[in-house]
Amino acid sequence: METLILQKDKLTKLIEKLSSSHVLYGPIEENGFSLFKQIRDFKELNLKYLLTRVPPKSLIFKQTETLFKFIPGRKGTVTSSEINEEKSIIFAIRPCDARSFKILDPVFEGNFEDPFYISKRKNTVLIGLTCNSPEKNCFCTSFDDSPGSTENVDILFTDLDDKFFVEVVTEKGKNLIKSIEDVFEKSTKNDEDSKRNIVTNSVESITRKMDLDGLVPKLDKMFDHELWHNTAQKCIGCGICTYLCPTCHCFDMQDESSLREGARIRVWDSCMYPEYTHHASGHNPRAIRMSRVRNRVYHKFSYFPKNEDITACTGCGRCIDYCPVNIDIIDVIEKVGVIANE
Amino acid sequence: MSKNPYSPWLATISGIKQEAVGERPIKTFKLVLEDEEIRNNFSFIPGQCIMVSLFGTGECFFAISSSPTQKEYIEVSVLKLGKVTTELHQYEPGDSVGLRGPYGNHFNVKEWEGKNLLFIGGGIGQAPLRSIINFALDKREKYANLDIIYGARSTNDLCYKEEFAELGKRDDVNIHLSIDVEEEGWNEYVGFVPDNLKRLNPTPDNTIAITCGPPIMIKYVIQNLEDLGFEDDQIFTTLEMRMKCGIGICGRCNIGNLYVCKDGPVFSYGQLRNLEGDM
Repeated sequence: METLILQKDKLTKLIEKLSSSHVLYGPIEENGFSLFKQIRDFKELNLKYLLTRVPPKSLIFKQTETLFKFIPGRKGTVTSSEINEEKSIIFAIRPCDARSFKILDPVFEGNFEDPFYISKRKNTVLIGLTCNSPEKNCFCTSFDDSPGSTENVDILFTDLDDKFFVEVVTEKGKNLIKSIEDVFEKSTKNDEDSKRNIVTNSVESITRKMDLDGLVPKLDKMFDHELWHNTAQKCIGCGICTYLCPTCHCFDMQDESSLREGARIRVWDSCMYPEYTHHASGHNPRAIRMSRVRNRVYHKFSYFPKNEDITACTGCGRCIDYCPVNIDIIDVIEKVGVIANE
Repeated sequence: MSKNPYSPWLATISGIKQEAVGERPIKTFKLVLEDEEIRNNFSFIPGQCIMVSLFGTGECFFAISSSPTQKEYIEVSVLKLGKVTTELHQYEPGDSVGLRGPYGNHFNVKEWEGKNLLFIGGGIGQAPLRSIINFALDKREKYANLDIIYGARSTNDLCYKEEFAELGKRDDVNIHLSIDVEEEGWNEYVGFVPDNLKRLNPTPDNTIAITCGPPIMIKYVIQNLEDLGFEDDQIFTTLEMRMKCGIGICGRCNIGNLYVCKDGPVFSYGQLRNLEGDM
């Protein structure tokens, strides 16, 4: 793997170059919230965040997206359907957020490929940033991931204080670097060691762990357990755990139209809402909160691994950090383990 | 770039038939795809579904109620219930809708050749059964006995009345209709569909039972079929859920780890019995 050094005073130059050839997204702060947005100026970039509140999933699987436009009504017709093919870069994505795309890919590749997701995925270069100091609810290491993993990014930056250690991982990454070579310097064995030390320390500082051992068969035996009732008692059904989850992919489709033109739009939806499964007949397979809370856990830790051979969780900890009533997914899974061993 | 799977083709309504009247009206819509090439390439197997779009209102997932042997048009039978179906009931011949599909799995029409087929339908649940019934009738020599048990709340709610009257004249298919409550002039069975099934006492020998109707009916039909000696793999049903994408991405139609839109809608009782999920 090619490794390079970027001096910190060259970061301005780098951002300038990247944003001239690509739509460049990076973590910014907006009205007190952190999220990934297009950056045109180095000064907008805010690298102090470990995790943005909204995951960068929102750039590839957008919160709202026009699927096609139409003329409404009984004589209506589809007028256009455009798929965005712009070349983009997500800068400073954390390894766990990059891993979320590995989890989402098989969903959108599916029996019928979703061209909106797939096109953005293909046209986006992921430049990762190693997590030097993980936060209290980080648990990526439970999924064999690492705060310095190069596995799901095209290029990985690691902050070595006065400079960045740069690992060029994929062909896509190489092609990008080739066009901006002059801002980088050669790296040394020392730099490599520095990165290794940072990652070792970072891994050691992660204290939380989710026990995934035999979780699928354990859950198979627990569908009717009172644990789901108990967990749901606390839940207020706000849905924030699903909106901020980097692996949730549920959406609704709505028609928005005036008299002459309209569009079918998809918007993120949440399995935590009763309307999500409410039939026109009045029947609702998940009418009570217990079944919705249970479905969220089962979807991530049982159904998804059964269907796609991967757990639908990255260990980012957002659902724990932002839950207004302190429902903690690691605790829930721990209880599953305790009950299974009883 | 690949095709946009959410963007439907255009289809024209070429005919509408009022099937059920009263509080729960049902209409059957004949749909003809406008583009000749798409029309000629569209093929499906009984049990499969399509998404029908009303531009500006939304989309609904319907079982195709016509047989694939009918090449001129595709039919869906629609109960007026929610936003889209209520709007669709206002549509007239010549109006346009969007259509995409076919989606989902299907009845095992090939595997079931040589067997007796027993159809047990209730209300609008007869729609997907009508597709395979007409298919089997068009390939009559391939199947053994055909029996249709069908019921609804009242004569107002019964679908396909004229078609059943025609079939009643044939001696190669047996029709057993019912309504839930006595009505003047009704000469056939009065009572619930599962009870009619019990009374008719069909043999499980070399028979496949296919049922569709309201969840409570399906439950008792399956119970009675088991009492009659039907095994899990002789009983099939077709389910529905609230759906949006129809292609297994939007997430809402799951029962356990299976999506009704792509892993269903047809399930054997053996499959359902082992499936723990919200139904």
